[in-house]
Amino acid sequence: MSSPRSETAPPADWDLSPAPETVKVRIDPESRLYIDGAFAPAADGRTFETIDPATETPLSQVADAGQPDIDRAVDAARRAFKEWSRTPPIERAKVLYRIARRIQDRARELAVLETLDGGKPIRESRDFDVPLVAQHFFHHAGWCDKLAHAVPGRDPAPIGVCAQVIPWNFPLLMAAWKLAPALACGNTCVLKPAETTPLSALRLAEILEEAGLPAGVVNIVTGGPDTGRLLVEHAGVDKVAFTGSTEVGKRIAASCAARRRKVTLELGGKGPHVLFADAAIDQAVEGIVAGIWFNQGQVCCAGSRLLVEESVLEEVLEKLAWRMKSLRVGDPMDKNTDVGAINSRKQLETIRGYIARGVDEGAVLHECGDRPLPERGFFCRPTFFSDVQPSQTIAREEIFGPVLAVMSFRTAEEAIARANDTAYGLSAGVWTDKGAKALEFARRVKAGVVWCNGFNRFDPTAPFGGYRESGFGREGGVAGLREYLA
Amino acid sequence: MSRVPVAKTCKLYIGGAYPRSESGRSEPILDPAGSVLAHVARASRKDLRDAVEAAAKAADGWANATPYLRGQILYRIAEFMESRREELADAIRSVEGSTAAAARREVERSIDRMVSFAGWSDKITSVLGGQCAVSGANYVIAAIEPVGVAGAIAPALPSLLGFVTALAAPMCAGNTVLVLASERNPLPAVSMSEILGVSDVPAGVVNVLTGGVAEIAPAMASHRQIQALGAIGLDPALAAAVGEASAESLKRLRLVDLPAERSGLEDAERWTSIDAIAPFTEVKTIWHPSSIG
Repeated sequence: MSSPRSETAPPADWDLSPAPETVKVRIDPESRLYIDGAFAPAADGRTFETIDPATETPLSQVADAGQPDIDRAVDAARRAFKEWSRTPPIERAKVLYRIARRIQDRARELAVLETLDGGKPIRESRDFDVPLVAQHFFHHAGWCDKLAHAVPGRDPAPIGVCAQVIPWNFPLLMAAWKLAPALACGNTCVLKPAETTPLSALRLAEILEEAGLPAGVVNIVTGGPDTGRLLVEHAGVDKVAFTGSTEVGKRIAASCAARRRKVTLELGGKGPHVLFADAAIDQAVEGIVAGIWFNQGQVCCAGSRLLVEESVLEEVLEKLAWRMKSLRVGDPMDKNTDVGAINSRKQLETIRGYIARGVDEGAVLHECGDRPLPERGFFCRPTFFSDVQPSQTIAREEIFGPVLAVMSFRTAEEAIARANDTAYGLSAGVWTDKGAKALEFARRVKAGVVWCNGFNRFDPTAPFGGYRESGFGREGGVAGLREYLA
Repeated sequence: MSRVPVAKTCKLYIGGAYPRSESGRSEPILDPAGSVLAHVARASRKDLRDAVEAAAKAADGWANATPYLRGQILYRIAEFMESRREELADAIRSVEGSTAAAARREVERSIDRMVSFAGWSDKITSVLGGQCAVSGANYVIAAIEPVGVAGAIAPALPSLLGFVTALAAPMCAGNTVLVLASERNPLPAVSMSEILGVSDVPAGVVNVLTGGVAEIAPAMASHRQIQALGAIGLDPALAAAVGEASAESLKRLRLVDLPAERSGLEDAERWTSIDAIAPFTEVKTIWHPSSIG
């Protein structure tokens, strides 16, 4: 296909017939905690509601775990640790392989549940999240009996009970990133899914049971920030792993430091995405789209700062505007949808606040099309700002939404300096036809993940994590495994 | 007349098909009391050449399959072995006269071994390869690749565990493999051929020959298209001949002695270590400048 140039090019206006995902999944009116191999309500009976952010329809009343529940979960994990940590590695492996296989078997069910509870397009949960979840368990299953190869020169031993707190942007995938390496190394876990997306993790609990994981090895406690705090500060916990905001991450770092507790943190980002003039511009524009509008931009490693070499700025802005207009915003359950619902009203308000701030501070707003958004639900059009100054709020703070800040540069030195002009350091992207230029950028950018001529690629064999205030520790690969070995 | 059982014709496994030996030869397999249990194809050197051709044809596809997919296919083999545990145990016991418990243990070990190698596919690079800390502004990666077509000579005993150990190491690394089965008891290998045929293994990735080790092993060693050769528990004189013949085409060799019949393969840590796989890999060191200054 030749590259689109005209603002009125036809594909953006094509009407597509709805292509709804029709698989129906079971959603229990009440969702319970999974502790010691059994589902139970919170001790004090408290619940909170989880809704479909695309329709604002209530989905389930979810148990809100308090102190006695966390005590029970940590105790169960402690008791289960004795046997699980001594289980022959090949037997642990076979349980983890079985989990991977059942995730593959129940992939569509999990994808639908993920989309209903979280708002991401079904195409993403079906083709990205859930397959990667299965792969993550499969990969780590294989490590169980090979740990000595991962840490040569010492006897690989598990740490103990892991408290794991995960966010709402990739609920099931983050559960897999936390659980799979922990279990492979012989640890036991208490996992807290995010308040707005508890359902897929609880469904995973069923799969863990089907696969024969012994009771207590994984416990799942649902709740809000208080539940998370009770868990990570619990005296019976040996290791904390957290993915979420830098603000909360810093509090957890302090609490773990005080207790001399092992911790890994995967926090926020403001990923620079650098486009040199010699890059294949059309492919680069596709990469920018994937970098910022994937999952409604609610991605910690999103490429939210675009730095374009001045000589091609105009061309890139034009192509980006055209490409943005072809994105379909709406019903996440429709297979044609590119951009689904924002995860919560609160997050939508945060994003709107940042967009207003960008306009106030003098940047130029470009919004995706003028098609009406659904009347109910939390939707936000993909957006980018041009004429952004590096000092402006939208260029510095993590927005966690489909909002891109576009800036320009003149030299490679300037691009690298601008890219590193942030407190974060999670991801970075670079587009250029010159290998040495890409690798020099990769060498000098302060980021844990650098994508050259691509963006948002993930694999269980490849470590993921951040420099600086994007956290410490890695998930995936040998580096990720080491985080779960004493 | 009472019902006549339908005996299985035990054939070779080449390029995803089950041919008889082109030589027309088959041999009786006897139970410990000396009665005929089955007839098994006796492969010729021409069969070997056909198998090499099939393996060479499948080599690119298998080497370029994602390590994740290769791992899943090896795991799938283990799934089918599990569902045919009885058959595999019978294949061991009926010829070798082992106890039911011993045969069952060997089957279970063999399944677990296949599972273990399944997990290696996407980890070999992490353990053997990596970035090289060269002096100067270059980004240097030692990438790990399969050698190509590998021969695998299984020991006489243990027949099944030996077959799986010999096959899985080169296979998980992305080589296509010709396995020469135990001559003492080829029946587990015949069952494995049938399992491989339904386990999503692409045609030609695994080829199984039954027949005389003294006849086929030297032919494997001298075949130029076989680029690596592993042999477990080969008779010392034959091993020496195989080693010499392999040198002509500079085959990568892994010759491992077994201390005694039916022992030496149980230690999973040793037999599934990266050292069992490394001989079937190449290291490709890729240099790229990392500075424009």
